[in-house]
Amino acid sequence: MQHVIPICQQPSVVLIPFFEGKVRAGQSRFASAAQDYEMKALDLNELLITDPPATFIVQVAKEADSMIDAGIFPGSKLIVNKALGPKAKSSNIVIAIVDGEFVVKRLYKRLKVVRLLSENKAKAYPPIEFSEGQELVIWGVVQHVIHSFD
Amino acid sequence: MSFTPSTRRVFALADVNSMYASCEEVFRPDLRGKPVVVLSNNDGCVIAQNRLAKEHLDIYMARPWFEIKDAATKLGAVVFSSNYELYANMSNRFATIVSRYSPKMEKYSIDEVFLEMTGMPGNLTDYGQAIKQDVKDSIGLPICVGIGYSKTLAKLANHCAKKQAHWQGVCDLTQLSQTELDQMLAALPVSKVWGVGHRLEAKLNKLGVHTVLRLKNADPKRIRDAFGVVLERTVKELNGEVLIEMEYTLPEAKQVMSSRSFGQRASTLEALSQAIAFHAGVAAERMRTKALYANGVFVFIMNSPHDQAQYYANSLSMGFPSPTNSTPKIIRAALWLLKKIYRPGVYYQKCGVMMLDTVSNKALQSDLFGFSHDDPKSQALMEVMDKINMKYAKGTIKVAAEAGVQTWRMQRHYLSQNYTGSWRELLTVR
Repeated sequence: MQHVIPICQQPSVVLIPFFEGKVRAGQSRFASAAQDYEMKALDLNELLITDPPATFIVQVAKEADSMIDAGIFPGSKLIVNKALGPKAKSSNIVIAIVDGEFVVKRLYKRLKVVRLLSENKAKAYPPIEFSEGQELVIWGVVQHVIHSFD
Repeated sequence: MSFTPSTRRVFALADVNSMYASCEEVFRPDLRGKPVVVLSNNDGCVIAQNRLAKEHLDIYMARPWFEIKDAATKLGAVVFSSNYELYANMSNRFATIVSRYSPKMEKYSIDEVFLEMTGMPGNLTDYGQAIKQDVKDSIGLPICVGIGYSKTLAKLANHCAKKQAHWQGVCDLTQLSQTELDQMLAALPVSKVWGVGHRLEAKLNKLGVHTVLRLKNADPKRIRDAFGVVLERTVKELNGEVLIEMEYTLPEAKQVMSSRSFGQRASTLEALSQAIAFHAGVAAERMRTKALYANGVFVFIMNSPHDQAQYYANSLSMGFPSPTNSTPKIIRAALWLLKKIYRPGVYYQKCGVMMLDTVSNKALQSDLFGFSHDDPKSQALMEVMDKINMKYAKGTIKVAAEAGVQTWRMQRHYLSQNYTGSWRELLTVR
């Protein structure tokens, strides 16, 4: 079978060079000028992923608009730390499992009240309530959202 | 032999429960309470299943799928083709997490990691529980941990942790007194010992050795005379002597190998060439993603030692004039090696390619004042190829020797998403 494929020119990993200046009182005799400006590349992984083996990237469904007031839009990609799931705190944005499906919601916990809240004022999705004894499985905690303007 | 408590060697084996099925379950909460079955290359045989499938379906290792397909469907079992990309990713995550618990770690297989725990302070059972919890929380995989005074004992302990619920997933044999340990070993059939297969079990049974305890108490010399040094070593290991060392020959990050069993046995040079070219391609791509260059390549082919036909396994390696990660060069070298070791009339079961003596980009450049024989054109071609393969389905673009229709290419009708390796197949949330 023949495939016609447009060749994409963008590199998949973008390293952004920047210069890290070092201020020195005196110049040593043998140091080259370049040594004062050691080049280091910014790595987005370093910024966004604190626990690599426990981090997963998930995608918001195309029609899912329940979290748009939190800056999570249909098609957004979410950087999720799974290890934080069992330790999720009230007001964390979490990936939870409701009726065997993954949802992204704001966690609300106070005393014995546990709720998953949507954030879309226009549509006012009702909160998902968990009564005592009902198990809420939190798969992970959302740490960052990637939303592209295209 | 006497040991002082502080220097006595201790080993742990962490092993993922039903690895393949468990990996699928992490991304499919709807599978909860359902039997799950995973098929081999080409969807031919059942190679993994979860507990429910094991309980309700008459599955034995490598049972042909068509034999139980109807029963499985009736039961509502969910079936998957082997998603090696996903399992490999989860396996690496597993090893990374476990490696935090000991400076000495050996990745033994896709779902097993040995740790050396010698000199660890505190309660090792608690330590094992902490590892188990960490893996469960971080990546959702259930594991068991076995701990003992040798790798053979750790492996046996892991078996007990899996099969005997009262251990709660962590079986630490170093906590037991000699009497308690012997009692336990007396209740285990000898086939549970690492390296004792069906044939060996039958032979041992004939000599009246049915339990692990009997094997442990056997005279090592007599065992060596009757069975050879390997089993003698096993007997000593069961007695807490360390004869099987931790192996860290290749640092994890630098190990680049691609191999696989054939879905259907291959015997022609064409079929093997396709497979070897495929593996060389995978290995080369993997090196480029890690910015590694190899100084040589190693090729192996084999049938199974359990075949009726004569066992044939052979391998050959060659060095490169300069380090490379270029797909065409590596394929050319691998195919040349294959021709040298290929023997007609053998039904090959497995083949593979391993890159030798890999060096990082930097190391390469500091060599020979940054001079490399890899021409920039070939480098640019490789980059474009990798980008296309990353953006589209894996293997969209290939070097000619990799292309074509082959019997070895995997049929994967029930493949799940590559959740961890493709931007187009991410887990979807609502």
